[in-house]
Amino acid sequence: MKLQNAIAAAAILSFAGTMSFAQDDNELSVDGQLISTEADAPAHMENVGTVYSGWRFRSEDTQAMQMDDFDNSGFVFVDDGLSLMASVDGSEGKSCASCHENVEDFAGLKAKLPRVNDSGELETMEELVNTCRTERMGAEPWKYSGSQMTAVTAVIGLQSRGMPIDVAIDGPAASFWERGQELYYARVGQLDLSCANCHEDNYGTMIRADHLSQGQINGFPTYRLKNAKLNGVHNRFSGCMKNVRAEPYADGSDEFKALELYLASRGTGLSVETPSVRN
Amino acid sequence: MKNQLLAALVLCVGPTLVAAEDVAPGDVAFSDGAVLASLTGAVGDAVAGRAAFINRKQGNCLACHANAEIPEQSFHGEVGPPLDFVAERWTAEELRGIVSNAKMMFPDTIMPAFYNGLEPNRSLKKFAGKTVLSAQQVEDIVAYLQTLSE
Repeated sequence: MKLQNAIAAAAILSFAGTMSFAQDDNELSVDGQLISTEADAPAHMENVGTVYSGWRFRSEDTQAMQMDDFDNSGFVFVDDGLSLMASVDGSEGKSCASCHENVEDFAGLKAKLPRVNDSGELETMEELVNTCRTERMGAEPWKYSGSQMTAVTAVIGLQSRGMPIDVAIDGPAASFWERGQELYYARVGQLDLSCANCHEDNYGTMIRADHLSQGQINGFPTYRLKNAKLNGVHNRFSGCMKNVRAEPYADGSDEFKALELYLASRGTGLSVETPSVRN
Repeated sequence: MKNQLLAALVLCVGPTLVAAEDVAPGDVAFSDGAVLASLTGAVGDAVAGRAAFINRKQGNCLACHANAEIPEQSFHGEVGPPLDFVAERWTAEELRGIVSNAKMMFPDTIMPAFYNGLEPNRSLKKFAGKTVLSAQQVEDIVAYLQTLSE
């Protein structure tokens, strides 16, 4: 089974062609709007100097899909979301649009979520949507990461596209943020891996055919080529946990909400890209 | 691509049967990170080890390590060191220790333990109480790695 050295050398050289070194230098613009895909890391990130959008780690073909809204299949679902928001549902005879006449009024919301509400609870956009449905519309809540929810949260997130992520992590948010940080560094599952093992210590390297990113969440809900639909961020966390053979927390759980806040804070200064395109 | 790889990782239900003569996962004796005695009491099969090394449901070693001896497989990982001529750098005993539980030699390594008795946090139920590889597969992979020399 020993190889001739010449063959080994040739094989090593062929690998050099596939070696990747961190993110690329491409710039993301959508219909002429420049969207920032890197920023100085916030002070609380001790091991990372610059944060990069996952867009910078994808192939040029995948990147191109996000540069034109006609090529971005996420917009098929944005259209679904707009229809859902105009549809009356529930006992009160209301739609989203009954109260939220101009969807543009949601500009800026995505960049601030999750946030702590007046009751001291950490709230996500999905929870805001379901609170409106159950309390104002008299409608059934949607499944946390279901297709209606991802469609409507994509519409709302899109209104903040290009705005910098800026979540509060101090004051009443501090304890949630600390819990999220703890989860980020906790090794879990049969493979005994933490988020940090791949997305902080090894971003930019290839894990088999995949280019590891920093695991930023500024583009969610994200259209994934893998399943040809929008994917909610908690659903993505769940997928990562299963990959390391860990029992995932539930979508909408306190753990995933805390992790979402912590990850959002690690993307401080990156632009909202909703709906982003990834593989 | 990520999904294919990760799906492969997820789907790998490792063999978990412990043959009577095998060292139990919790009884593996480490000495400076090495494991001196064969986990099966016998020398492994390098050909079977090469297959287990490649198999995404078994070692899946190429996920993280490049290996020029396996040019027919594309997309070798870069997370860990390349394994070319690895037998020149480590003894069989050291390789057995690293494959069984690399943290015994490198405490902060990302490398998962492939044969140990520690129950991880929140293991997926279908993997609970199971090792990634069987003792036989560890020995086979160690035998294969020993062929990677000048």
